[in-house]
Amino acid sequence: MGRVTRRVTETPRVLTLVLAVPDWPGHRAGQHVDVRLTADDGYQAQRSYSIASAPEDSPRVALTIERIDDGEVSPYLVDVLAEGDQLELRGPIGGYFVWDVDASGPLLLVAGGSGICPLMAMIRHRAARQSRVPTRLLYSSHSLEDVIYKHELDRLAGRGDGLEVIHTLTRSRPQGWSGYSRRIDREMLAEVGFAPEQRPLCMVCGPTPLVEAVANALVESGHPADRVKTERFGPTGG
Amino acid sequence: MSFVSRAFRGRPRERAPADRLPPGQYVVGDFPVLSAGPTPRTPLTAWTFSITGEVDEPRRWTWDEFRKLPSETITRDIHCVTKWSKLDSVWEGVSVDTLLEGIETSAEYVMAFSDGGYTTNLPLADVTGGKAWVAFAFGGAPLEPEHGGPARLLVPHLYFWKSAKWVRGLRLMSEDEPGFWETYGYHMYGDPWQEQRYSCD
Repeated sequence: MGRVTRRVTETPRVLTLVLAVPDWPGHRAGQHVDVRLTADDGYQAQRSYSIASAPEDSPRVALTIERIDDGEVSPYLVDVLAEGDQLELRGPIGGYFVWDVDASGPLLLVAGGSGICPLMAMIRHRAARQSRVPTRLLYSSHSLEDVIYKHELDRLAGRGDGLEVIHTLTRSRPQGWSGYSRRIDREMLAEVGFAPEQRPLCMVCGPTPLVEAVANALVESGHPADRVKTERFGPTGG
Repeated sequence: MSFVSRAFRGRPRERAPADRLPPGQYVVGDFPVLSAGPTPRTPLTAWTFSITGEVDEPRRWTWDEFRKLPSETITRDIHCVTKWSKLDSVWEGVSVDTLLEGIETSAEYVMAFSDGGYTTNLPLADVTGGKAWVAFAFGGAPLEPEHGGPARLLVPHLYFWKSAKWVRGLRLMSEDEPGFWETYGYHMYGDPWQEQRYSCD
């Protein structure tokens, strides 16, 4: 059971819930939790959410929620759940889409929209452990306003410890935007990513079309399939 | 019920018939995609399906041989461990009974193995007796690669990770062994009606 200690508005559609979880057993960056809501007639609804906070933050656990308009769980979490409320959690869950600072090789992170959440846990874990593992995040958002964790990413990328953050904005750009302004493709991955000879670990998370396109492009570019790990979500994540 | 989420009502209940929806699941209309790595693309000319392990003589079919086996249309509800269920999904496939016909084995378990290295374990009794198929079509069309095409295992009475995408064969085993997700904390059996999601369930 967690208690909401803070609500952080990340973008107009995205909120972070910071939870105090007294009996939290700890987690690895990339794992998720199951959230279970119970109505007073006993009806229950469950969804999985990636943990966005570093393992080093335990027993504080941050979940970043994108509000799905016709969803059942996310509108409750975003609109109704208040500081001080209790939230039933199960986890951590999943041991494949994870990264630890002692993993070998450079790290390529590719995110679409709220697919940033488990990757942010890895970036925060890397920062908390003062790792200098060469890491590049390629992050696709609709617009600059939709970029989650923008200020924190700017700050971490400015530390000069080997983290680079590259944005692409697919729907609208601010005036004077000089960055990428298209969906992630093979050419962009070649410009931004590491060469296959460097044996990067590639972690890709986002909506299915992005994950399919990116994972296929990485494999076609010569990255071994077992160095490409994916996590997908769709609008049915509700 | 010990805990109630303050001011949570949930969706109107009639949307989900209770006898069709296992605990903790919700109904979706579309077909979400979940997999741990890139989608493998094996050309049909290189595709085979094998029965290996604890058998006197391993068996193998090419795609053309496999497609000449008798197949059937299967309409079932499917349940993913990530909580979505899809009702009345329509598949076409070859029964695993057909693939195992005449095979002598003392094995009690199978490991389904797939392109891309994915594996999942099941009791032999759960893939025989009309309970499992190797499906090559979904909704009347060839199974798309994202959904496991050209062929995936279909074991609708267990959580859907047991229905291995891109399946290339079954290895018969006398002892149970964990497959891919099972080594990462998911349940060895995975009965949605018992809500056997994780190893501690």
